[in-house]
Amino acid sequence: MSVDVACMTFCEALRLLEEEACSSEELVQALLDRIRDRDPDLHAYIDVNEGDALEQARTADRARAAGASGRLLGAPIAVKDILNVRGQPCTCASQILSGYRALYDATAIRKLREEGAVFVGRTNMDEFAMGSSTENSALGVTRNPADLERVPGGSSGGSAAAVAGREALAALGTDTGGSIRQPAAFCGCVGLKPSYGRVSRYGLVAFASSLDQIGPITHDVRDAALLLEVLAGHDPYDSTSVDLPVPAYAQQLDGDLAGVRIGLPREYFIEGLGETIRACVLAAVDTCRDRGAEIVDVSLPHTEYAIAAYYVIATAEASANLARYDGVRYGFRADGARDPIEMYGKTRASGFGAEVKRRIILGTYVLSSGYYDAYYLSAQKVRTLIRRDFEESFEKCDVLVTPTTPTPAYRIGEKTDDPLEMYMGDVFTATANLAGIPGLSLPCGETAEGLPVGLQILGPAFKEENVLRVAYAYEQARGA
Amino acid sequence: MEPKRPDTDKIDVSYVAHLARLHLSDEETQLFQQQLEDIVGYVRKIGTLDTGDIEPTSHACAVENVFREDTVRPGLERADVLRNAPSSAHEQFIVPKIVE
Repeated sequence: MSVDVACMTFCEALRLLEEEACSSEELVQALLDRIRDRDPDLHAYIDVNEGDALEQARTADRARAAGASGRLLGAPIAVKDILNVRGQPCTCASQILSGYRALYDATAIRKLREEGAVFVGRTNMDEFAMGSSTENSALGVTRNPADLERVPGGSSGGSAAAVAGREALAALGTDTGGSIRQPAAFCGCVGLKPSYGRVSRYGLVAFASSLDQIGPITHDVRDAALLLEVLAGHDPYDSTSVDLPVPAYAQQLDGDLAGVRIGLPREYFIEGLGETIRACVLAAVDTCRDRGAEIVDVSLPHTEYAIAAYYVIATAEASANLARYDGVRYGFRADGARDPIEMYGKTRASGFGAEVKRRIILGTYVLSSGYYDAYYLSAQKVRTLIRRDFEESFEKCDVLVTPTTPTPAYRIGEKTDDPLEMYMGDVFTATANLAGIPGLSLPCGETAEGLPVGLQILGPAFKEENVLRVAYAYEQARGA
Repeated sequence: MEPKRPDTDKIDVSYVAHLARLHLSDEETQLFQQQLEDIVGYVRKIGTLDTGDIEPTSHACAVENVFREDTVRPGLERADVLRNAPSSAHEQFIVPKIVE
């Protein structure tokens, strides 16, 4: 029996498995066949261990036969190569971690595993999550399923391409400045960044410790809501995780927008915004208005400082987090060093790619003596202002709606010579990371060339239910 | 209070790379010097805001005093850890000589 994995959502697959209309082994085999067929074009995956995936699937089938009932039992999930899955490689798409095998499960992975999920493969990404196009991977470029000459976005480009290209029913990504939402927008799928502290970061290779979050990339909002329910929760192994109850997100989706106040921040609808994107987003807002939402004009006056603050804070934190890659305990070590300092220097210079080195240098600089106050401390103050802008706007509205990106997916190679121009693409997404609030992107239309356009929904901290509710209602109204 | 700005946006890539233990090639140093001058020039705009009395935010959702009881818990097995090492022997990581 052949299962058509290219036409089902994650929740639909779960239903088939529960009803025993197909086994996990059949489902996973169908997915592996699809990956073998499609991935030579997309290169969304950098590691797929077919034998291991099928063995996990058989284990799930046996468990079901024995009466087990995990919420995700037997369902396959793709994992961005930045999360530790015990026994699997974890390279962060970098040469400096080549050969490294995870010794433990990240908490996010453990929680999915406890519900019976099958980990089917590791997806491509920008090296150490630094990038917006997946072009910074040391393991090849991933292509956008909507147009193979274009980038899938980044840094979770592999996960988004796998989902949109129907090589995965769902995938995990991570988001530090937009790395779940932006690739979801570019590829035409759903991506959710939870509030900071909502999902444990234990076992997530750290890029920027005060900004990173793990989140789901899926075909639809219901799938994202279900995965968030499983991923979220306090973890004693992550002292930045918050001890708050996890709502039953997937059960609170009712498609009703009556009385919901949607804020449109004027600073996100500026001159430089592509006309098609503006039109698609405003049409989406009209759809919400027709469904009973009240549209409110708001202002987030410090938006223009967000990219600058983000690139100071994120790179500063990254310079500290990446100091551990020194060739001593794991991964790649350069030959011929006469002493440890030389070993560190040569290992890091050849083990890291250009973008990673640039960011380490920038981060080291902004933390260095004489510059700390002017850059890092200033950026932390800007962060307070950005957070306050959001808090004040959420007194007038339940969610904010914005474009996810200023442009659709660009061509591979188009922005690689100008790092600063690439950074500007994060302008609508990095604010949520700085403020610690949740954000989701879902498709809201296409350009004339058939490139997906993403609608971003932002909510108050720990109010993912607001975001999911509006996203689901819009998705239903649009007839996705 | 006046925001404190650096006198110059001239980042010295060679020096900072040394601090960060990155032995860059001359080509890389030159390329990064130009690119990072542009980037630093851009991020300096945060210095134009008057943030005098504003408290810095280090974590969007601050939690305090996250402690646990000081009891021993199992850690990773040494043999597993050493398996990822580029060079190991006698249950230790081997590195180039540090002290003459």
